[in-house]
Amino acid sequence: MSHAVEVERLVKRFGAFTAVDDVSFQVAKGEIFGFLGPNGAGKSTTIRMLCGLLGPTSGRASVGGFDVATEPERIRENIGYMSQKFSLYDDLTVAENIDFFAGVYGVARERRPERKAYVLKMANLEERQNDLTRQLAGGWKQRLALGCAILHEPPILFLDEPTSGVDPIARRAFWDLIYQLSAAGRTVFVSTHYMDEAEYCHRLALMYRGRIIAMGAPGELKRQLDGHGLLRLDSADPLETMRTVESLPGVRDVAVFGGGLHVTVEEPGPVMERIREALGARHLAVRRLEPIEPSMEDVFVALIEAEERKTA
Amino acid sequence: MISFRRTRAVFIKECRHILRDVRSLIMALAVPLLMLLLFGFALSLDVDRIPTLIYDADRTAASRELIERLAGSPYFDIKGYVDTYRPIEAGIDRGTVLMGVAIPRDYGKRVAAGDRAEVQILIDGSDSNSAAIAMGYVESLVGNYSFELRSDALSRKAGRRFEPPIDPRLRVWYNSTLQSRNYVVPGLIAVIIMIIAALLTSLTIAREWEMGSMEQLLSTPLRPSELVAGKMFAFFLLGVADMLMAVGVGVLVFGVPLRGSIVLLAGTASVFLFGALFWGIFISAATRSQLMAYQIGLITSFLPAFLLSGFVYAIENMPAPIQVLSHIFPSRYFVTILKGIFLKGVGLEVLWPQALALVIYMAVVFMLATSKLRQRIA
Repeated sequence: MSHAVEVERLVKRFGAFTAVDDVSFQVAKGEIFGFLGPNGAGKSTTIRMLCGLLGPTSGRASVGGFDVATEPERIRENIGYMSQKFSLYDDLTVAENIDFFAGVYGVARERRPERKAYVLKMANLEERQNDLTRQLAGGWKQRLALGCAILHEPPILFLDEPTSGVDPIARRAFWDLIYQLSAAGRTVFVSTHYMDEAEYCHRLALMYRGRIIAMGAPGELKRQLDGHGLLRLDSADPLETMRTVESLPGVRDVAVFGGGLHVTVEEPGPVMERIREALGARHLAVRRLEPIEPSMEDVFVALIEAEERKTA
Repeated sequence: MISFRRTRAVFIKECRHILRDVRSLIMALAVPLLMLLLFGFALSLDVDRIPTLIYDADRTAASRELIERLAGSPYFDIKGYVDTYRPIEAGIDRGTVLMGVAIPRDYGKRVAAGDRAEVQILIDGSDSNSAAIAMGYVESLVGNYSFELRSDALSRKAGRRFEPPIDPRLRVWYNSTLQSRNYVVPGLIAVIIMIIAALLTSLTIAREWEMGSMEQLLSTPLRPSELVAGKMFAFFLLGVADMLMAVGVGVLVFGVPLRGSIVLLAGTASVFLFGALFWGIFISAATRSQLMAYQIGLITSFLPAFLLSGFVYAIENMPAPIQVLSHIFPSRYFVTILKGIFLKGVGLEVLWPQALALVIYMAVVFMLATSKLRQRIA
């Protein structure tokens, strides 16, 4: 089976700055592929190259079997793209935006009423189709933008941080839509910097400073932390606790997490004992200390730190 | 191959933007209308009823006759009679009078004796245009009068009538009453079209870049040429609406004569409009920022259309380098065409060089605009 997206040694430089540094990966058809990373990691630049909006400096990439460098027009017919800003026209109504994008995507006249009805229903905007887009709240705008990007039923969708600035409930609803599209056989390529969203993806690539530092299903990535454990540590004085625990042998990393600490350790059993002793000696009360399943954020932090140790 | 479907979608969207944006509507329709009315009613380059003060130190029948001549002319308006120079000075300083006429004490005696009598004319030169015109009027009036006096005296002596040797019969063609609105209003059409082009079209693509919608558009099958064509049709319609408004107001409200072919007017206006629109698109593609686009548009299209087109200020009177410069702006040619069609009623047999210049301009700017846009997008 050929892949929906194939990327081989892709590089993009802007002057002396390398935004995308030798990136290779494949996305299978129907997959929800997540691009995870902090702002400025090169996620958007990669997506823009895949959409044919930006020429690569070197390397090659194909989308839907078409080469991004030589056949960008063919790619444009086969993708839906949702950029970071929801690029709808604020001074047009919901229905007018849909009509416009149906026009520029070249949706056949006889298919339009059906597609428009589908998008309005999907975005739950049937009642508001004559409202100006400016009047819609973030979550509605975002669903409308997604709707406009799939009017022409593209097999591959690129969503560049589609949920930034949207409230958690709307984000959840949005991911339900992404699952529906994936279930219908569409490939969804989505970038995000929300760790919880990363867990919804079938497969993930972690991008950091222009490079992919890890790739795999969320479960696989978590297992990369195997060999060392993760502890949850709650105490009365997190800062003092952190200072104490950091210097103990067997402790690899301490990070503030919510109201407590996440401590990455080599052997959970003996190290837990050492932590209790050290904190007891300093009269710091331990409310909770137990091994936990690492979250995506833990994986991400651990991988970035490993990467930094490598380059340092 | 341009897709009609995609171009049409852009056209409809652009019309909606224009109709929904109050600012653009004001710029597109209210500003041109206001300019038409202001220029038609208020801008008068005609100098008549020159406010004049008379200082008659002579107070004889002869001096009163000279004053009668001035008072009888439509070009002078006698504001009053004074006994010293001071009120004349004060009036010119305050701008309440433009001219003072001082007749010396011995004027009547010298005229009666057939000697050379002197009359002093004081003119406010701070507005050089009006001063020059006032000077011309008063010189010719006094000159004629003095010639009459001399020939009357000679006639009396000789017992027969002396006729002046040369009698110029003046007839002004094309604008027989020399009303400035007759040549200002046709020229204004060029300026108004430039507002549409420079100040509206130049914003349209820059706005897409600024809002981030350009990137979205580029990810769709929409081609740059379709985007430009769709937008241009919308602005073209606006330009045509303005054009009809300007011609209508000019002819119906101001009574400007339209002597030539309406078809030629429509044809040349369309070519000019397309050239101006392409220029707007070029600016828009080159800048990406609305503010920059607006300022460059103002400087490269609106101001030249206003100042260097011959619309109000005659190009022949400009310094040579400016005259050369005026050739690169299309408004110059279009203003000549407009005046030719409106006032002279001439056709392509006379105006073809200007029409050709407009066609060349349009072609060159079209190539510039599309290559700039392609370069921006790649």
